This record gives sequence, C-alpha cells and structure tokens, in this order.
Amino acid sequence: MSEDNEVALLEIRNLHVSVDERLILKGLNLTVNKGEVHAIMGPNGSGKSTLAHVLAGKSHYAVTAGGVTFEGEDLLGLKPNERAAKGLFLAFQYPLEIPGVATMNFLRTALNAQRKTRGEAELTTPDFLKRVRGEAAKLNIDQDMLRRSVNVGFSGGEKKRNEILQMALLEPKLAVLDETDSGLDIDALKVVADGVNHLRSPERGMIVITHYQRLLDHIVPDIVHVLSRGRIVRTGGKELARELEAEGYSAYQEEAA
Amino acid sequence: MPPPARNCRASPRGATRPSGASPRAACAHLAALGARRLVVVDGHFDLALSDLDALEAGLSIGSLARALADGERNVLARVGAQTGADGDPAYALNTAFMRDGVVITLADGAIVERPIHLAFVHAASSPRAVFARSLITIGAGAKVMIVESHEGAPASDYQVNNATDFAVGARAEVAHLKLTGEAANALHVATQVATIGAQARYSSFTFNVGGALVRNQMFVRCAGEGSTVDLGGVSLLRQRQHADNTLVLDHAFGGCVSREMFKVVLADSSRGVFQGKIIVRPHAQKTDARMMSQALLLSPDAEADNKPELEIFADDVQCGHGATAGAIDADLKFYLMARGIPEAQAEALLIQAFAGEAVETIAHAGLREIVMDAVIAWLKAR
Ligand SMILES: Nc1ncnc2c1ncn2[C@@H]1O[C@H](COP(=O)(O)OP(=O)(O)OP(=O)(O)O)[C@@H](O)[C@H]1O
Ligand SMILES: [Mg+2]
Repeated sequence: MSEDNEVALLEIRNLHVSVDERLILKGLNLTVNKGEVHAIMGPNGSGKSTLAHVLAGKSHYAVTAGGVTFEGEDLLGLKPNERAAKGLFLAFQYPLEIPGVATMNFLRTALNAQRKTRGEAELTTPDFLKRVRGEAAKLNIDQDMLRRSVNVGFSGGEKKRNEILQMALLEPKLAVLDETDSGLDIDALKVVADGVNHLRSPERGMIVITHYQRLLDHIVPDIVHVLSRGRIVRTGGKELARELEAEGYSAYQEEAA
Repeated sequence: MPPPARNCRASPRGATRPSGASPRAACAHLAALGARRLVVVDGHFDLALSDLDALEAGLSIGSLARALADGERNVLARVGAQTGADGDPAYALNTAFMRDGVVITLADGAIVERPIHLAFVHAASSPRAVFARSLITIGAGAKVMIVESHEGAPASDYQVNNATDFAVGARAEVAHLKLTGEAANALHVATQVATIGAQARYSSFTFNVGGALVRNQMFVRCAGEGSTVDLGGVSLLRQRQHADNTLVLDHAFGGCVSREMFKVVLADSSRGVFQGKIIVRPHAQKTDARMMSQALLLSPDAEADNKPELEIFADDVQCGHGATAGAIDADLKFYLMARGIPEAQAEALLIQAFAGEAVETIAHAGLREIVMDAVIAWLKAR
C-alpha cells in the first residue's frame, strides 16, 4: 500500500459517460493506489466494460462530466496508444480477431512502439523472441499460436490467455482485466491467475472485473467494489465478494434505483 | 554493341522512379532472383539493353518488329487471330498502332527457371503515345515465370496502350506478375489476353500503384478441360488516381477451377473500379469459379465501383462471387492502439493485412515478397 502523500496510480472523480446519448456511468469515483488489487463486480449492463473502455481511450464514449488522472496526469486527453505507453493495459472482455496480422508481429510492434514512445531502445529480435517464448511457455501458449493471425481461430480460452501474454510482455503499471476468467477452464484459470499474480508488485495496480468468486480465490483482491447502474454503490474487503456470491445483487439494484 | 544491362540502374535516358511504386526495388529483387531482363523503351524492344545471353533450351526471344518485317507466319497468325478481346476498342487501337514488342516462345516441355522480366520503360521527354504488343507462346508442359514492370520518368506526360497475349499449351505452368508503376501523369491501358490449354496452370497478379489513370483488362479463356486459373490484384491509390481492373473469364471447357481476388485501397479522392465477368459455357460442366473483390476506403472522398457478373449456361457448376467495400475497422484500430501502436502505424498494419490476403495468393515466394515490399513502401510514403 502506498504512502498517504504519494500520488494515486489512478484517480477517477465523478465520472459521467454516455454512449449514443444514453448515460451509462453516472458519477463514478474510484482511487487505485500502487500495490493495490481492486475487484469490480456488478450486474450485467451496469457499466463495467464501459468503464474499462473509457479508461483505455475508446472513442464513441462521451465523457460528459468528471475526470480521470493517471499518476497525477490527466488521462482523458491522451490517445489510446499514449495511455498504453504510460502503463495502462486493458485485457478485453471480447478480444478481437485481426486477420492477416501475425501474433508475433503484433506483439513486437506493440512492445517496440511503447518503448519508442517512452524513449527506450527497441528490443533486438533475439531478445524479443526470448522474452515472448518465455512468457508464452508460462501461459501454455504454443509457438504455433504465435505464428497465426491475432486471435483468428483461437478458442475462447486461448484468446484470454493471449491477452495475458500481451500483459506479461508489456508490463503495465495498471492492468484492467475485464472478465478475463470467462471462457477459461479450471486449469487455464489457474495458469492465467498465476500470470496475473506474477505481475503483482508494490509498484503496480490492478482492476479485476469479474462475476465470480473463483477468480478471486486465485487473485486475492485488497478491495472489492460493487458497480450498479453506473455508480460504485458499495466498497469492502475481499469478504464482500463471498457475500455477493451468496446473496446476489438485488439489494444494490434496488438501492441504486 | 554495348553490353546488356543487367543491373537496375540502366533505365535509359534518365528514366527514374515514379512516385509511390518501387519498380527499382522490385527490379533489384528480380535481379536477385536471377531474372532475365528484357527492356522495352517507349514501345520498342531494345535488344542492346536486354539480356539475351545463354538462352535456356527451348526458349527463344525476338522482337515483334523484326518478326512482322520478316513476315513470320506464326506471328502474323497470332496477331490476326480471334481473341476474347475482339471488339474491345483499346485492344483494337493497339492492333492498329503497335509496331514492336517482345516475342517469347517456349518449346514443348521447356522448363525455364530464371524468371523473365519484361521492363517497359517510358523515357520520352516530349508527350507521346506508346503502343506495344508482346506475344508469349508456351508449349505443352512448359514452365515459366513472367514479370512485367511499367515505369516512366516522373515528370513526363505519356500514354501507354500495352497488350500482352499469352497462348498457354496443355499442362503448361505460367506465373505472371504485372507491376504498374508509371509516372504520376501517365495514362496506362493494358490488355492481357490468355488462352489456357487443358490441365494447364495459369496465374496472373496485377499490382497497381502508379499513373493518373490505369486500366488493366484481362480476357482469359479456358480453352481445354481441367485447367487452373488464379487471377489476383492489389491497387493502392491516392490523390486523384483512378485504376480499373476489368476481367472476362471464359470457361469454354469444363472441369476448370478459377479463383479471383482483387483488392483496392483508396486514399484521398482516388477511385477504384472492378468489373469481373465469369462466363460458363453450356458444356463447361464441373466448373468451379469463385471471384472476390474488396475495397478499403481510407477517405470519405474515395470511391469504389464494383461490378461482378456471372453468366452461367451450364447446370453442374459451382460459381460464386463476393464484393465488399468499407473503411478501416474502428474496433480493430482501437485494439491495436490500446496496445501502444500509434494510429498511423495501426492503420498501416490493417491496410497491409487487407492487401496481404490477396498478395498471399501469389504462389512463388520471391514474387510474393516483391509485391509485399511494394505494399510496405507505399504505406511508408503515405
Ligand atoms: N457501444 C455501445 N452502444 C450502445 N450501448 C452501449 C454500448 N456499449 C455499452 N452500451 C450499453 O451500456 C450499458 C453498460 O454496458 P457494459 O458493457 O459497460 O456493461 P457490463 O457491466 O460490462 O456488463 P457485462 O457484465 O454483461 O459485461 C449496457 O446497457 C449496454 O447495452
Ligand atoms: Mg462487460
């Protein structure tokens, strides 16, 4: 946990976001300090992915009020690639297929683009290959998958593992994992959770969006939030997740109504 | 006689690289593949600049002007023969005005490993019209790779009406690649006529980047059973460029397989046209023909026109066509950018992937690389 006077990794204040004129986030507040893992749970359609996309910089979402800072700097004025280079990573709930772009080329282009933006030297091919192969092996991703087009023909679980591979390579300061557990079998869940835990450090933060306690058994959060109808309606410790699993969201949906 | 030019600097009379395209890079590539370079300058086959040494067994190369002057019967018969392009005004104009070109003949069974590079160079310092006709005859069971490149001095004004006629014998194997560079102001009309014998394999890929106005027309006829025809193309256009790929594929005999994949990338206020007609004649049963054309529009001012046509007169056939036109997928671009890739680079990756799907249909790795490098060069200059 960070010192009180240290600037927060992520600070979201009174965030209002609308999509196609429809208000989805309605005054959301959230602070993530370095070293913290936050879980966000909440009913379908409550705005969890919207929050994730707005943080990553997807256009089409209009921020109508409020703001977000990343290490004290305004985040919302930055382009998605600039946010990534500053250390923000979103593992997509639905990773996209990119026909014709080989996974290996994609990974290398992404890593080197971020390094370039940060004024770091590009990785040499042997260094890059060594790193990719090492990380891929830890996630049980075979070489053949890396040669194929990004996510094309990958199973649901393979796509999720590919997201975590990208995260492992890019070593973000803040990782937002949007339902990374959905579509994973029990063994894959363990592998993915190990990958995530490996990245946990006093310097990094994480936001884990999930519907299920079983992911939080592996990635134990420091703080759990309930997002309902565009607002965080309750915040607690890791025991809150168990309570939700037992009782559902009905109390919060009424409360928020 | 000066020694034949084997390097790529030998573009005569100061003809240098036109915009965007990279015929010079392609030329270096071809040289590395050991290509035999034949140079046609302003419509005249320049023997002195061409590599005519140590012709492979069964290969003969000559000038059309010479053959016409000598009244060579085979050549006169070919020039006068009926083709699928009969009635086409551009081809008729070529027939009327052409005086020279390259005549290539492969004897039955001749296997020519070195690609043959036909370099059409437009070097004229004053505006002019250029007409050339090349006749390529491939004997039964023969095998060859033919690459055409067309380029011109950057600031020059000219128009080209070029025709290349292929007669492909039974069981022969021909891979053809046409690289259209040309100067920014050039008008380029090219007609490709091909008659494909039984069980032959014919592939032709057209890459367009240069010229103000380019029309590539292809008249391909399956003239025997069981042949395989692969036609493909990529056009990369910007500013006010216009490129048109028009093809007529005539399945006159049954049991032939044809595949077409044409892609066009349109920036600024450029315009791309694709017209593809597949004819399946009444007795051409078991024809398997599939055509796809796709346009990627990078600007709201760009225009893509697509006209696929199927004329099917046989009942036991598989034929299909598809056409799409659209902008860069915003979600894919966001995904790439969310990984740290700047917008322009993300777009370049997606454009390259789009064009790459067609480029992948080129079977020969060396030729594929030439085209892919040219795509990348165009994207870098964008
Ligand atoms: N691009 C969009 N266009 C229109 N509506 C959208 C768009 N994106 C999200 N929404 C709407 O915003 C609301 C919140 O969606 P969001 O995807 O953020 O929910 P979620 O909490 O992630 O749900 P789930 O648990 O099902 O993943 C939903 O009602 C959804 O239909
Ligand atoms: Mg969601």
